[in-house]
Amino acid sequence: MPANAKTISDDELFYGHKACAGCGGSLAVRAALKVLGPNAVCALPAGCMSAVGFNFPQLCFANNAMITPFAATASVLSGIAAGLEAQGKSPAEYPVVGFAGDGGTADIGLQALSGAIDRNDDILYICYDNEAYMNTGIQKSSLTPFGASTTTTPAGRNVRGCATQKKNLFEIVAAHDIPYAATASIGYLPDYLAKVEKAASIRGTKFIQVIAPCPTGWGTAVDATVDIAKEMVDCGLWPLLEYEGSAVSGQPAGRLTVSRRPRQFSPVEHYVRSQGRFKALTDEEVAGVQQFRDNLWQRLEARL
Amino acid sequence: MKRFLSGDEAFAEGVRLARPAVISAYPITPQTVVVERLSEMVESGQLNAHYVHVESEHSALSCAMGASATGARTFTATSSQGLLYMAEVLTYAAGGRFPIVMMNANRATALPWNIYGDQRDSLALLDHGWIQVYAQDNQEALDLALMAYAVAEHPSVSLPVMVNIDGFALTHTYEAVDIPEQQQADEFLPPYETRNRFDFEQPVNLGYSAGPEFNRHYQYWHHRDMLAAETVIDEVEQRFAQVMGRQYGGMAEEYRTADAQLVLVCVGSVAGQVRQVVDQLRDQGVPCGMVRLRYLRPFPAQRLNQLLAGKAAVGVLEKDISFGAEGTVFTNVNSALAQGGNGAPTMNFIGGLGGDDITAAQIRNAFARLAALVESDQRAKGAPAAGSQWAEAAAGKASASTPDPVPTGIRRAEILSLPQRVADEYPRPGQPGATSSAHSSNCVVFLGVDDEGEVA
Repeated sequence: MPANAKTISDDELFYGHKACAGCGGSLAVRAALKVLGPNAVCALPAGCMSAVGFNFPQLCFANNAMITPFAATASVLSGIAAGLEAQGKSPAEYPVVGFAGDGGTADIGLQALSGAIDRNDDILYICYDNEAYMNTGIQKSSLTPFGASTTTTPAGRNVRGCATQKKNLFEIVAAHDIPYAATASIGYLPDYLAKVEKAASIRGTKFIQVIAPCPTGWGTAVDATVDIAKEMVDCGLWPLLEYEGSAVSGQPAGRLTVSRRPRQFSPVEHYVRSQGRFKALTDEEVAGVQQFRDNLWQRLEARL
Repeated sequence: MKRFLSGDEAFAEGVRLARPAVISAYPITPQTVVVERLSEMVESGQLNAHYVHVESEHSALSCAMGASATGARTFTATSSQGLLYMAEVLTYAAGGRFPIVMMNANRATALPWNIYGDQRDSLALLDHGWIQVYAQDNQEALDLALMAYAVAEHPSVSLPVMVNIDGFALTHTYEAVDIPEQQQADEFLPPYETRNRFDFEQPVNLGYSAGPEFNRHYQYWHHRDMLAAETVIDEVEQRFAQVMGRQYGGMAEEYRTADAQLVLVCVGSVAGQVRQVVDQLRDQGVPCGMVRLRYLRPFPAQRLNQLLAGKAAVGVLEKDISFGAEGTVFTNVNSALAQGGNGAPTMNFIGGLGGDDITAAQIRNAFARLAALVESDQRAKGAPAAGSQWAEAAAGKASASTPDPVPTGIRRAEILSLPQRVADEYPRPGQPGATSSAHSSNCVVFLGVDDEGEVA
């Protein structure tokens, strides 16, 4: 039965944590575990979700779960999967899932992730992307977008926030011919839940990058998290995608699909201007963000 | 069954007999042969294990930790820079109480880049919470692969064990090794059972944060259980001897120390050489002996004090230097002796760095220096200086020159073969002009460099 508002479990598997009000990351973890169920084994590196959920004696995972070294989400997941398989427990029945932030995935954890995909270990890697090192206090990661003011890319007179563009992690992952990769947003929860469910049904390595806004780091209201996560999709800055590798799609080049194609993009300017982190951007620079969006889609269309 | 095996190959046989469920492997010289042999064993079906080709040492140990958390017996191996690269994971694995067994092929650490054997890699990580044991020969390497699991997985220990094998001196040197039968290995080492694992009836969170209020409890338990491992190690060796018929010397092993006055403490494969020199010097009337530290964590302080009680002088010969201080083994030995009230003067001999040979002549000279230390000690007390006869006897075979008498009561590190004139540029402790900050540097002599400062 597809996971949706009607069918989703009432069981809470991630609760009692101390995440900030309006935290998108905790919603991503909570919702994924509702789909994956109590048999899922979780691994989380240093980052927001481990910092808010793993404080002895208040341990917030009802599942089996463990902390990993920062760079080691994927390699610990591989070890868990190998250990379970060695004892006759299939990851099909006992999903092995990691929840790591954008820094933990696209920066320090990228090597281990690449290794796991290369081995095609039967794991699900979920990157909750809040676009900076939020746990340490909002520092730039390689998934921080252009123009975002962070505590290491402070917007000032000379430089207006992050000078680099958001790294295309999804394409990097897909380039491994991974069985399944997807982008998602906690603003479109049914799409995210369906992708988690689909990923769990596929054997081999699966990867989902879910946009999970952080009111603290983004400079947004705590009750705006879901709206802003929606708007990022609607304005085209975050395409919802699926990649099924050659083994799953049966096509040598794999199959890339757009899960949600906005008929008309909502204004990038509104998305940017509604967040404190972008407040130093000039109109010209906002136009540059829109150009980035257009380039992103042009590149995407060429691949479809 | 006896076979002619390198240390790496012998260790791989030991791992095979231990039946690990998961092996994570990344190659590095001189460890590589271990992971090659294990992959062949998995390929041929001799060993039924999941072999994970990780992309780094950091991932090798992380993967082992994940597997161990499921309750699976796990193995990994590394060396030198690889060990240092996974250093942060060492504390995770130890703090998480995952009884992983890891072989470390002891190798020098860069720079200068060097693939040969010394022990700076593992000694730099003594404080990372692992049990550390050092093999003397290839038979011991194989046997330690089995015993390490028995110690690590013991319920009152539950800690990872690093088995150290000297790079090249053991890893790539062939010896006749007795390989136990699988049936014997199974009798000795039952399947791994633990409560420190994921549980699908009652899920657990393994590894989490613990703030100041709780943290000290975890650290104390870790320390307590590390100390308790000493008893477990003895039990495990007894059981091993019953099943396999080979008995090891526990935390530290001694050679001719009972009536010795001059004792050299060493670690690893160099013990074989020291033993030979002890025999030669004994024939010349020098009352010398040797202690080989097998375990450095937990540190066998009590055993060491038993073995060294009443000795005239104690030397520590090690393939390691903690720059700006002294050899790390020396620091540990001195601390144990001080705690035990043993007032024997001690000296530190640093050699074998970067795979350098430690020669019999250097070892004889080390004993001669210990004898000279005793002599000056005896003269200072107005006692008959038997030490001078020992010094002459020992030095006579070592070199033409009698070793310099050295002041007593001072801890000194001697880096084997450092030019004497370098040492002379610094005032000796206790002499006019000596400052406390000069005390370690002026005592350091490197083995293998002549008095003119030329590298031999």
